[in-house]
Amino acid sequence: MAKVAVIGVGQSAFVRSYPGSIRELAFEAFRDAMKDAGIKSQQIDASVICSAPEYDKQRTPAGLMAEYLGLNPQPTFYVESVCSSSSSGLRTAYALVASGLHDVVMVLGFQKMSEISSAESQERMGRGADIQWEAPFGTMMPAYYAMYARGHFEKYGTTEEDLALIRVKSSTYGVINDKAVFRKSLDLEKIMEPKYIATPLKMYDCCANADGSSCMILASEEKARDLCAKPVWIRGLGMATAPINMAGRDTFSGLKCAQLAGKRAYEMAGIGPKDIDVAEVHDCFTIAEMMAYEDLGFAEPGKGKELIRNKETYKEGRIPVNVDGGLLSKGHPIGATGGSQIRTVALQLRGAAGEMQVPNAKIGLVHNIGGVGIYGNVSIFSAD
Amino acid sequence: MSFDQFGVISFTSATKTEKFVELLQDNRLSGTVCKSCGAKFFPPRSDCSFCLSDEMDWFGIDGPGELISYTTAMYAPAGFEKDVPYSLGVAEFPEGVKVFGRLDKSIPDDQLKAGLKVKVKVVSSGEGRVSYELSAA
Ligand SMILES: [Zn+2]
Repeated sequence: MAKVAVIGVGQSAFVRSYPGSIRELAFEAFRDAMKDAGIKSQQIDASVICSAPEYDKQRTPAGLMAEYLGLNPQPTFYVESVCSSSSSGLRTAYALVASGLHDVVMVLGFQKMSEISSAESQERMGRGADIQWEAPFGTMMPAYYAMYARGHFEKYGTTEEDLALIRVKSSTYGVINDKAVFRKSLDLEKIMEPKYIATPLKMYDCCANADGSSCMILASEEKARDLCAKPVWIRGLGMATAPINMAGRDTFSGLKCAQLAGKRAYEMAGIGPKDIDVAEVHDCFTIAEMMAYEDLGFAEPGKGKELIRNKETYKEGRIPVNVDGGLLSKGHPIGATGGSQIRTVALQLRGAAGEMQVPNAKIGLVHNIGGVGIYGNVSIFSAD
Repeated sequence: MSFDQFGVISFTSATKTEKFVELLQDNRLSGTVCKSCGAKFFPPRSDCSFCLSDEMDWFGIDGPGELISYTTAMYAPAGFEKDVPYSLGVAEFPEGVKVFGRLDKSIPDDQLKAGLKVKVKVVSSGEGRVSYELSAA
């Protein structure tokens, strides 16, 4: 397979309510990535636009974005896999470049969740599961992930405090990430306050809705070497799907789509979990990060709690995870999330992550989940 | 009887599986079984993804099943606020299918546990809505 590089990354600040329209929000990440890559719009051969469209009044956002970002008349594609939309966009762009169809492709993820109320947002997110057979009971994302938390507790003896430790870590790094929506330090006592959303998940086990955008620019090997001093190479891509319906799930203690996506990404990269120097995982809820430890092979099934208890996933630990604060602190603007995770890993591999830098990071992994484990995307990158 | 009478709020008005609602009103929670290859489905399907047949029979799910996981929602999406708090769970049934749904509010909190034996309870409202819950067996 032809080599494909990431030659530019960018993101907007993730905020509670962006004071502008979706095209303006998208432009923030685009400008950041274009300056990072040092290229002009005419050098982009195609664009891939990623979001969950039910938040917008705008129909067919790709057409709008291609125009506003100055990417007419180049081809554009619209890719959606809810919360993992921009990782699916990465996969799409990779295929476009590796096939030789296009040399330079831009992937833009965005979401302006503040267009609607929080209850409406929960209702829409609940409809990201099976609307015919499950939504009629009043489902929402926290309740689904709570069932996985309960399943994990019952099977492995994981506790609410173990999950709280993940949030403690998240807030440690959220404080130092100037793009994060939640930058307050949190202690265990505060996180353990019994403000349940869906038992056993409490307020601080859940990430916040946010508005934001992310952007990455991919190039063929030849173009990357020509345009970029420090390209970050895409080494492995894995994607898998699992039944949308809970009745179709095998277990409630891990996500099958993540396990399969991880396996495929490791195989393509020719490496294993022990080779990863830094990882960004999809912590929409604390339990999601706990399951990611195990689904990605950073810990044996049921042993994820030991990783966090021993602080192995801190910056100084054996496998640093979400040292940018993760979704829990950054916020989770659905369509922008994957691109933001990839940006963090790209900066790490270039040695440009500032205060968040993991020393000598050479290989990085991004785990990005859509819905409650409907779509799993795992992507592996290296510095050279 | 149509499918938009299923559950608290239905988001689906037309489906070829709408007999599900009629059967539920007759006090049977039902799945479909493929007449051609014997694959069993819950939730019911009108098309077999294994052999592509569209000929299905209905079968009843009686249990008792075993609760696998559950949660109690303290907040609700738009339209469900009046029901809070309510519990949701998924159970494995001896008929070879898993069933997701609301849990009966009469199950005491201290009995909620994986492994709890559950049966299906059909719930009808005055306005002609029909649903099911998982209740202690
Ligand atoms: Zn069949």
